[in-house]
Amino acid sequence: MSTMLEVRNCSKAFGGVVANHDISIEVREGEIVGLIGPNGSGKTTLFNSIVGYHPIDGGSIRFLDKEISSLRVPNIARLGLLRTFQQTRIYGKMTCMQNMAASLPYRGEGFAGMFRRFDSGVADRAEELLEFVGLYSKRNLRGGDLSFGQQKLLEFAMALMNEPKLLLLDEPTAGINPTLINGLIDRLKRANEQLGITLLVIEHNMRVIMNLAERIYCLAHGELLAEGLPEAIQNDQRVIDAYLGAH
Amino acid sequence: MSQTARIQKPRFNAQTWIILAGIAIIGSVAPFVEPTLVGQMTVFWIMVLLSYTWDTMGGQMGYNSFGNVVFFGIGMYVTAAIQVGLYTDLGTYTAAKGGIKLTLTLGQYFTGLAIGLVAAGLAGFLAALLIGSGILGLRGHYFAIGSLALGIFVAELASGWELIGAGSGLVPPLYPGVESARSLWLYFGCFALAGITFLVLQWVYSRRFGLALNAIRDDEDKAEAMGLHTTRYKTIAWAISGIFLGVCGGLAGNFFQFIDPRDTAFSGATYGVWMVLMVVLGGKGTFWGPLIGALLFHVFKELFWSYLLGLQYIALGLLVVVIVVFFPEGIVGWFRERFPHWFGERVDPPPEATAADPVREPAE
Ligand SMILES: Nc1ncnc2c1ncn2[C@@H]1O[C@H](COP(=O)(O)OP(=O)(O)OP(=O)(O)O)[C@@H](O)[C@H]1O
Ligand SMILES: [Mg+2]
Repeated sequence: MSTMLEVRNCSKAFGGVVANHDISIEVREGEIVGLIGPNGSGKTTLFNSIVGYHPIDGGSIRFLDKEISSLRVPNIARLGLLRTFQQTRIYGKMTCMQNMAASLPYRGEGFAGMFRRFDSGVADRAEELLEFVGLYSKRNLRGGDLSFGQQKLLEFAMALMNEPKLLLLDEPTAGINPTLINGLIDRLKRANEQLGITLLVIEHNMRVIMNLAERIYCLAHGELLAEGLPEAIQNDQRVIDAYLGAH
Repeated sequence: MSQTARIQKPRFNAQTWIILAGIAIIGSVAPFVEPTLVGQMTVFWIMVLLSYTWDTMGGQMGYNSFGNVVFFGIGMYVTAAIQVGLYTDLGTYTAAKGGIKLTLTLGQYFTGLAIGLVAAGLAGFLAALLIGSGILGLRGHYFAIGSLALGIFVAELASGWELIGAGSGLVPPLYPGVESARSLWLYFGCFALAGITFLVLQWVYSRRFGLALNAIRDDEDKAEAMGLHTTRYKTIAWAISGIFLGVCGGLAGNFFQFIDPRDTAFSGATYGVWMVLMVVLGGKGTFWGPLIGALLFHVFKELFWSYLLGLQYIALGLLVVVIVVFFPEGIVGWFRERFPHWFGERVDPPPEATAADPVREPAE
């Protein structure tokens, strides 16, 4: 398996707060990798650095053998590296179907492409993916009228519509009804296996991440604390201490 | 067709075409039924043009622009300058401050006008492209203020430029034919341009372009995160409205027969604000809102100016306050919220709030 994303010695501080210090992680093609850590440990900051949301203070970020740390957000997204937001972002005044259609890939879109009509497959694909996440019956509702959990699912479907190569998910199960979480884990795995999308997932729910991820990185206080297989991470004393707040 | 209909509401159904045909018929016979009001009706179509072109940025894309009047004014100047410049030396003409009367044949007049209007559209397009790539990096209120400053800046620039008459303004060539014919073709020019603008904009909105503008309106950060070329879309959207604003300005300059840099061409306090108010009144980002807003605004404005002279601006201000308080989504927006099916919209109502089952499991 070839390396898809390679973060080397990446640091990011906000004023005096060092949110990420010297972080190195790697995601290989086809993997599902977990990213855990207590609140405020710097997980979202690392996502923001990877997708170009803010400039990094030092280090390097390579995606598909290309340095991306100085590229801007939309350019990185068009390379096939997409993220979802912890607070969930969808287009509130547009229907779910419109949210989906607006999420078609913009890779290589020229001038004529901007004025293209939605070709015959677009609506089919949008309905298929909404069905996949369980929102088919809501497809003509405005995005803003969905519950928080439903918006999370819509955002996931929109990401799939965009056909990314690597998808960064920031707490995909937050706000989802606990009885439906198993279904969501299953869908994340199917997106990985059937659609060939590599996943890097931030997750607070230990049961979810242990079920989902093949490898896990754990952050604490902005530093990389541990890396390993789920069982190893689960039993790592440093990780347990970090979560229990003993430091 | 059906694929698009599943994504977007079918804007051009039979009912829409019937209404449009009705408007076309009324608009075509009105100047013959009420010849004394031809001037009023010409201004009305100019207002419709201003409100639909403003809605592209302000309504569809959520960027409140106070600078659109710049392209309107550029169109006025470019058209008049070409109309004059084709047949005499522009500098000498403006230096005489209206002292020189250009006597043209009908053929010369319309040649100059046609070339002038095409150039005005082009100038509006290029100016929007250029200015847009400069200031469309600004968002929200910053863009609104930036665009406002732009209008003032360009007005000052024009008032200091001798070649186009500076502060004394520019007079387009006199029409060589009879006055009644002049007002008729100007009326039909503005009417036709409003129709073309409406159709072109609606066509644009029915494409990927339309959803991209709406996405920028709803959440620009999200749109960027999804790979949307936001700056490109924003700039081209402005440039498209710039084309129609430019041509509209060219016609308007000939209609007013005098171009003052501050009071007609780059008049932020009148046309620049009116175009915003009309759209807010009718409903931002709606199909008919800009038309209804322009109609109401024009009618009320004329009534206030005729019957409340002296208090007209206070009355106009009160009208706007009432609308903003009671119809924050505009008149069409208000109806659309309550009766979406009237609009052929496939938006289901929000679900009843139930604690259980936030997500329905799909049938596997
Ligand atoms: N834009 C910002 N400006 C200033 N400080 C910030 C900013 N973003 C993050 N921080 C700080 O950086 C640290 C890491 O925040 P981050 O959001 O990355 O944590 P997290 O691991 O995602 O936490 P959570 O699990 O609560 O989402 C926190 O102390 C936070 O206050
Ligand atoms: Mg976070």
